[in-house]
Amino acid sequence: MDLSALTIHRLHDLLVKREVSVTEAVRHFLDRIEALNPRLNAYLTVTGEKALEEAGEYDDGRRDPNRSPLAGIPLAVKDVLCTEGVRTTCGSRILEHFVPPYDATAVERLKKAGAIFLGKTNMDEFAMGSSNENSGFGPVANPRDPSRVPGGSSGGSAAAVAADLCAGAVGTDTGGSIRQPASFCGVVGMKPTYGRVSRYGLVAFASSLDQAGPLAKDVEDAAILLQAMAGHDPRDSTSVDQPVPDFLAALNPSIEGMKLGIPREYFMEGADPEVDRCVKEAIGVCEGLGGEVREVSLPHTEYGVAAYYIIAPAEASSNLARYDGVKYGLRAPDSRDLTGMYRETRSRGFGAEVKRRIMLGTYVLSSGYYDAYYKKASRVRTLIRQDFVRAFEQCDVIVAPVAPMPPFPLGEKAEDPLQMYLSDVLTLPPSLAGIPGISVPCGYASGGLPVGLQILGPHLREDLVLRAAYAYEQAVKDTLVHPPLAV
Amino acid sequence: MSRKITREEVRHVALLSRLSLDESEEAHFTEQLDRILEYMDKLGELDTREVPPTTHSVPMQNVFKDDEVRPSLDREQVLRNAPRSDGVSFIVPKVF
Repeated sequence: MDLSALTIHRLHDLLVKREVSVTEAVRHFLDRIEALNPRLNAYLTVTGEKALEEAGEYDDGRRDPNRSPLAGIPLAVKDVLCTEGVRTTCGSRILEHFVPPYDATAVERLKKAGAIFLGKTNMDEFAMGSSNENSGFGPVANPRDPSRVPGGSSGGSAAAVAADLCAGAVGTDTGGSIRQPASFCGVVGMKPTYGRVSRYGLVAFASSLDQAGPLAKDVEDAAILLQAMAGHDPRDSTSVDQPVPDFLAALNPSIEGMKLGIPREYFMEGADPEVDRCVKEAIGVCEGLGGEVREVSLPHTEYGVAAYYIIAPAEASSNLARYDGVKYGLRAPDSRDLTGMYRETRSRGFGAEVKRRIMLGTYVLSSGYYDAYYKKASRVRTLIRQDFVRAFEQCDVIVAPVAPMPPFPLGEKAEDPLQMYLSDVLTLPPSLAGIPGISVPCGYASGGLPVGLQILGPHLREDLVLRAAYAYEQAVKDTLVHPPLAV
Repeated sequence: MSRKITREEVRHVALLSRLSLDESEEAHFTEQLDRILEYMDKLGELDTREVPPTTHSVPMQNVFKDDEVRPSLDREQVLRNAPRSDGVSFIVPKVF
């Protein structure tokens, strides 16, 4: 049986009907990983033996694939989430040999739902980046065009889903790190409302922004993964104590009467015309489905990059202070004294982007600059949040591009950090506001380069986001032409 | 051209964040941080005097829990990743 490009829900059907065994499914992915990972570098750690062992438990009857939609389903996990007994590097040499003694809550919940983990995926170091070029273990190649970036920081997870190296994956999004690589690789990626998924065991980059979420082959799969991961966790005091809705019940192919806000500031001059075309066509499809399109304004959009790149590095400078060689991770040998050990360990273990952001963050929090930068940015964050609150008075969801350009060539922005930061302009404001957002494939620019459609919703309204995404996806299911993978 | 950040300041910030930079890194980072901070001036276009800061994007206040002892990791698990340990503590170089 040809197992290629199977979604989680389709694979689940086959497993339940015993048309495919869990071992066959795991072997399918492990074979593909063996063949393609050397080129793509999507996985940093492959846990093949363990995965086959667990598959065996399903196939000899000890465990039942019928128990849950994720039972026996092989997944990949971004290397920023702690997995007990399995190396977790965060894409950094400073954690090259770190083996966590516990599972992140999101991982634990997926395990409880019966999922099998194939391994840990590559990422920008400590989730800092938009291209997966900042990994301490080499960049990831875009399966659609290996000379181009897969996006970041969840580049490994996005590439793994796109290249069928797993049935689905977990990523994290702080300023766009799920949505943008999903867009760049032509898969579905969702960032839930801040607090919807526990951050316990999610190695912290920016604590007021980080969120774990799914990367998947379709919207239904994304909903299945999110359902399993979401929910209040007493071990994460920032997790939202609200009931989790039934996300699958939200998947309705009709959006008749749904108000779709189109933010004028998200269609910028200088943006790639092919991205613009794909997104506008997608909006046209939504209108054809009965969605009521109306223009809205998010006037502070242009300040999002500046606000984010003050706030996130500030939080990072604090969160990354723990990497000091004392309790875990790299320790520089032969240090003269404790301070020397800290300095040498960190200088040796961190890459350039991480150092840049730590210094930027330290600067904006330092005495004399705190008010002018950090406090100011926090006030601008309020204005950005208010933009969305006001916009959602006029519409149910906001529909826009994910990035102003299709996937760019490896190396193109690597030397110019500010250019790289500016490419995040469309994903940062929703992160600052804490609202949920999805990227769903909506077309291809020339060269077979994927373009994603971004759909944003009010706080805790993942149901609206999923509904709009699903309706659009189902409407173009037979007409959206996917070029073959380039690998 | 007025600089937003000097080499001195970069050196100071590196010290505060326990990073050591060589000459060329120092020059390189100074230039990059200077350009980034110059871009940040953009926020000065907005009058935020009456705007409260946001530290938390979702409404939430004072999440406390009872001071109860709960199961945690045992010592062996905690020391497993230690670069140097005597089985009881983490061993580090002398402070001074």
